[in-house]
Amino acid sequence: MEFLEEFPAIGRVALRDLKKTIDGGFREFTRTYGEDIEGFFDPLLQFMVWFEKLLLATPWPLILLVIGGLAWLGSRSIKITVGSVLSFVVIGYFGMWEDLMSTLAIITVATFLCILLGIPLGILMARSNRAQAMITPVLDIMQTIPAFVYLIPVVMLLGIGKVPGLIAVIIYAIPPIVRLTNLGIRLVDKEALEAADAFGASHMQKLLGVQIPLALPNIFAGVNQTIMMALSMVVIASMIGVAGLGVPVLRAISNQYLALGLMNGLAIVALAIIFDRVSQQYGHRIQKHRQGQGHG
Amino acid sequence: MANIKIEIKNLTKIFGAKPKSVLDLVNNGVEKEELLNKHKHILGLHDINLKLEEKNIEVIMGLSGSGKSTLIRHINRLIEPTAGSIIVDGEDVLQMNEQELRNFRQAKTAMVFQKFALMPHHTVIDNAGFGLKMQNKDKDFIQEHAQKWLDRVGLSGFENHYPAQLSGGMQQRVGLARALACDADILMMDEAFSALDPLIRSDMQDLLLELQEELHKTIVFITHDLDEALKIGDKIAILNEGKLVQHGTPQDILLDPADDYVERFVADVNRTRVLLAKSIMNDEKPQDTTQSVTVLETETVDTVLHTLLSEDGSYVIVEDDKGKKVGYIDKETLAETVYQMESQDKPDAA
Ligand SMILES: Nc1ncnc2c1ncn2[C@@H]1O[C@H](COP(=O)(O)OP(=O)(O)OP(=O)(O)O)[C@@H](O)[C@H]1O
Ligand SMILES: [Mg+2]
Repeated sequence: MEFLEEFPAIGRVALRDLKKTIDGGFREFTRTYGEDIEGFFDPLLQFMVWFEKLLLATPWPLILLVIGGLAWLGSRSIKITVGSVLSFVVIGYFGMWEDLMSTLAIITVATFLCILLGIPLGILMARSNRAQAMITPVLDIMQTIPAFVYLIPVVMLLGIGKVPGLIAVIIYAIPPIVRLTNLGIRLVDKEALEAADAFGASHMQKLLGVQIPLALPNIFAGVNQTIMMALSMVVIASMIGVAGLGVPVLRAISNQYLALGLMNGLAIVALAIIFDRVSQQYGHRIQKHRQGQGHG
Repeated sequence: MANIKIEIKNLTKIFGAKPKSVLDLVNNGVEKEELLNKHKHILGLHDINLKLEEKNIEVIMGLSGSGKSTLIRHINRLIEPTAGSIIVDGEDVLQMNEQELRNFRQAKTAMVFQKFALMPHHTVIDNAGFGLKMQNKDKDFIQEHAQKWLDRVGLSGFENHYPAQLSGGMQQRVGLARALACDADILMMDEAFSALDPLIRSDMQDLLLELQEELHKTIVFITHDLDEALKIGDKIAILNEGKLVQHGTPQDILLDPADDYVERFVADVNRTRVLLAKSIMNDEKPQDTTQSVTVLETETVDTVLHTLLSEDGSYVIVEDDKGKKVGYIDKETLAETVYQMESQDKPDAA
């Protein structure tokens, strides 16, 4: 009963040939299109470099001021504003200012791109059941496949550096905003939509005037999660050459520097908490009209 | 006869996967229940023919599930029919392309919804101006008209509130202002007052009648409340299981119900409060002419009786709204009518 004991696998030689063919095919693809693709991403690279330099060149008090200002605009809470500024001060005081700026740069760009790509994709999914059926499994894969697996082709194609790092972060962080945009739009009150139809709204008027505004709390929850996931990718991204708080963490792992790892890790956590609280408060504020009872 | 504003011809609506495939069955007399059980399709409306007059309040009545909402949504084609046509002002709504349909909805129809369907993220004034915004009118124009209609429905001072901050009655006033601001000829109201408390509902009915006095819109008003229908309707259409069973004035419906269904509907109504003087008057001047009282032809029998008794008259002169004599009612006719009405009110006794 040999057949039952050993799983009937494809032969070793055949398997090796298969893998070779795939690898060879992809290498061929890289050789042919690698440069074009790199060229395509070049403006993005330039922008990231410029943005990171800008943050690094800006005097630190100004950065603190901007951070405080943004935190205040977002949350309208003294506690959160002071907490944010204080966290930055402490992180800087322990010598992590430059890494903090680099991380801030990549998170900002990644989030911005996730929003730019994710919201239209979510809208597309909401409008067409077929698009939803096609995109959903892709998102599932993006969220569950170990990051290292898709790092391989990305690195093969683009080498080590900021752009492949950014792409890795985006692949990992974009699903929530796509999903929640789709969900938010699908959950929009049917009656409000019918009213818009009855008053002769066009597709655009419905989308911009009714669906997106009413889906905003969900979309915003998506943005929030996207930021959190982007932050959690910082360490992995640093493996392929993205500067920032992840680099010392990586160094700490390989050299067993407990304090270094802990400090940078906590700095990432602090950044996550700040982003989370500010964006959540902002999310609450933009849907204030939903609560109000009583007159005045 | 007045102009026909909306004409619905042979309208059939079947809900389900393949409505057209069962259309023949329906036309050959398969009933709603059989269609659902055997063929898995829902018969929403069946062969509706209905002419709605310009400047009337046309009420559509029927029990829950009888197809009222489905019918009204065909007028502005929020629902596509399975068969039939809808003609508004001589134009076939079903022939319009997307753009024409949107223009039609903007220019000709406005709708008020049972659950208000306001935009929760807009203030009261922005809600009132919503229809105009869809028409791409300029800001000042929208502001001015929205404000005018908010004032008109009694919501001055609430412009910058959000709908969630208002009571149901006030929210529906916003809904009414939004619809009126569009200046469309046709106002469609799907159980617009059903979600409101009785007192507030009565206020809203009065407001609607008062507005109609000066606006003369064609109003299609859905309700399942007969009192409401009788109070505001110039004409009433009654639906049962997707079929039109009767369309006529409140008088017609009360005095000559088309079938058992309508009869059961009107069983509890105090007819003296609905029946008008003009429907029981006659041309002959009564012999005994000692003491006359004068009433309008549009007064109810109830009021005529009250007037006659309280002014101690012996007969009634009926006039039209221009003060011209149109007929007479003698005491005997009045007594006979009231007696008959009262006994009809108790269907068991009949
Ligand atoms: N989208 C739909 N899909 C399937 N069936 C529907 C749909 N809309 C309405 N129906 C069915 O059509 C029939 C008529 O429904 P409609 O909503 O027009 O009734 P209605 O008279 O407005 O009732 P109510 O007083 O409860 O509002 C019902 O049997 C209903 O179940
Ligand atoms: Mg209904």
